Amino acid sequence: MTLPSSVVGDLGVLGVAFLPLAAINWHSVMFLLFAAVACLAAVAVVAADNVVRMALYLVVSLAATAGLFFLAGAEFVGAMQLMIYVGGTLVLLVFGVMLTAQAPFVAIKSEGGDRVVAGIVGAALLAALVLAGLSVPAWRQPASMHAPPPAATPLGMALVGVRVDAAEGPGVIGPRVGYLLPFEIVSVHLLVVLVGAAYLARAKRRKVPRPIDQVASVEPPASVAAHASIGRGERAGSVLTGGSA
Amino acid sequence: MVEYLTHTLGLSGTLAWTIAAVVAAVLVLNVIAGGALVFIWAERKVAARIQDRLGPTRTGGRFGWLQSLADGIKLLAKEDLMPDGADGLLFKIAPYVSFCASFCAFIALPFAFDVVGLRLNVAVFFVVAVLGLEVFGVIIAGYASASKWSLFGAMREAAQVVSYEVPLGMCVVVPVMLAGSMDMVTIAEKQAGWFWNWYLFHDPFTFVVFWVYVTCAVASVNRAPFDLAEAESELVAGFHTEYSGLRWSFFFMAEYGSMFLVSGMAAVLFLGGWNGPIPIATLLGWSEGTGESAHYLVRLVGLANLIGKATLGVLFMMWIRWTLPRLRIDQVMTTCLKYCTPIAAVMFAGAMLWQVLLPGGLMPGVGRPGGEVREGWLEGPGGRAVQAPAPPAVAEIRP
Amino acid sequence: MTSLSMNPVLGFLIDAPVSVAHYLVVGAILFTAGVACMATKRNALGVLMGIELVLNGANVNFVAFASTYLAGEGGRPLGLDGQVFAVFVILLAAAEAAVALAITLNFYNNHATVDVDRADDLKG
Repeated sequence: MTLPSSVVGDLGVLGVAFLPLAAINWHSVMFLLFAAVACLAAVAVVAADNVVRMALYLVVSLAATAGLFFLAGAEFVGAMQLMIYVGGTLVLLVFGVMLTAQAPFVAIKSEGGDRVVAGIVGAALLAALVLAGLSVPAWRQPASMHAPPPAATPLGMALVGVRVDAAEGPGVIGPRVGYLLPFEIVSVHLLVVLVGAAYLARAKRRKVPRPIDQVASVEPPASVAAHASIGRGERAGSVLTGGSA
Repeated sequence: MVEYLTHTLGLSGTLAWTIAAVVAAVLVLNVIAGGALVFIWAERKVAARIQDRLGPTRTGGRFGWLQSLADGIKLLAKEDLMPDGADGLLFKIAPYVSFCASFCAFIALPFAFDVVGLRLNVAVFFVVAVLGLEVFGVIIAGYASASKWSLFGAMREAAQVVSYEVPLGMCVVVPVMLAGSMDMVTIAEKQAGWFWNWYLFHDPFTFVVFWVYVTCAVASVNRAPFDLAEAESELVAGFHTEYSGLRWSFFFMAEYGSMFLVSGMAAVLFLGGWNGPIPIATLLGWSEGTGESAHYLVRLVGLANLIGKATLGVLFMMWIRWTLPRLRIDQVMTTCLKYCTPIAAVMFAGAMLWQVLLPGGLMPGVGRPGGEVREGWLEGPGGRAVQAPAPPAVAEIRP
Repeated sequence: MTSLSMNPVLGFLIDAPVSVAHYLVVGAILFTAGVACMATKRNALGVLMGIELVLNGANVNFVAFASTYLAGEGGRPLGLDGQVFAVFVILLAAAEAAVALAITLNFYNNHATVDVDRADDLKG
């Protein structure tokens, strides 16, 4: 399976022509890419006024962070971030955005003074955090790039209370404890939250009309202005069943 | 491939790695795009046969097999319209979000033993997670179109996909539990041999779980009878009402890509992956060590097996689409929360009990790969055995 | 192409391996953006998004300190503990988002707005 030497020579020339390509540390490049996307999207969340766009930028930021987790060898956390954060929490959030996306609330402008103060305080906070992060020499050591151990199974074992990861790895610190109790607490917590959220969000029967009904009856959302006359007024049924149309 | 490039061609490691990455990406892209072309044609033919029609017959000679290419050219030439009140940025990127999610999930799907974009240790989890991102494209599209129909379609889609992720996750966990790994390559390897080694036939519980998985998979890729997001009888065309031309076709490709993906995942998790029903390679005496040509031939047979199984899955989805009527949205939710989730939960517990009580199966003679201590990490660094965490009772009952 | 590798800044960025500090900077930016978002947004859901960003920034730090891959020679990675913490943070963020969203929707139902500046019923 050897190619003729002329072909190899051509490819060699190609390799020389793209010599910088061969010298690139792809891990760093991917890190830069994901980090830039995550940070720019995070800043865009702050800068945007339209709440739907904010949600989109947040999705991009969190997904790029998941990419950073993959690059750091934390595959399970990265997949978890994609599944629960991006696929679950944010869908929920977007759902909320759409339920409340009446025209006056889509873009509530922040006050100018608030922005200036937030900018100053934020810059100070950022400077402090970055200086703190760069102050420890050990954290500035370039990555040793030892292949990360398969993290999912030991992580699962740790969550049920058994530690099987390399207990005496080079310089590993930290307690050798399992996480069964926190795991159980989180499970019960999630159950309580589920019940509580369902209770809070349940449909209530009320005798006096809600303020929302009055607002909606005088002010149709601009985005559906063309169809405003259809089914307006009764508001029976949920948005999922197509309203009362 | 990286080894081939570095050793045979004498390229540097990084360059070889880059070339291999590009080749892999292009191959996956071709699977989606080419697959979509074939499946769209197949869908027309299947639909036609079920409805006692002929379907496309003319384009490209017999069977109209060039029909989707002609459609593609038509879509390319179509004017790309955007409604007046639409949110321009969101409207434009929505199809690409959908398509990228569908495309990214293929990274971790193994097509044959070595033929996998990236062998991830949490592949199953990754695929389910990334597949869930596709819904974002739909939601954004629905919102940005500034149309009632689109918004309703998007809201339905959001509710449906988030709900169906719960039973889907539970179904997927069952093969993961049986194999003791979330690595899809490992899961498929555990099912090597005759077809009764497939997890579908592992025990009665997994058999039921497979059908629950099929239901949830159909729902999570928005195919009829669960295609409420684009229910044309009530919502015009749902979330893509306002789309036309190339952007619309991106949604379409994403849909067919996802169909192929969930079918491929079903094949890996329950139907033995690239292991055929009959272990032809083993019977003929080919294995990893018998030489280079046999080595590649085994891969090729595996590839054909997996693609064949996934294609059968897609055809199955087409069959149900043209056979069953569409559900109402409340029926969709009932199916998920009152039927699929409890059934999946009970079957999960049942499969777990079966695995503990009857690890060898009912017929210990047939040589199912039982519950050996499975993963390399148990042996610690340097071959020194770390004490196994679970009592290895399972290992002793092994036939 | 050659100029790319000659450029000291860009050359350093693409040649040098990343370190924990790189991740800390990313985490700091996400955290600060989140805090600014919480402080300036008047839409309740915008505030919620700020909280998610803050938690996410913290998670980046947890994962960076946990990573055996990123730790330099003589570094002391947290190992699994950092990852377990990150997982817990993600789970609790999901729970927090669900409750906060329920509260927001309730508020919206009762007051017909999601502007947090108008949630001043308890003001003396």
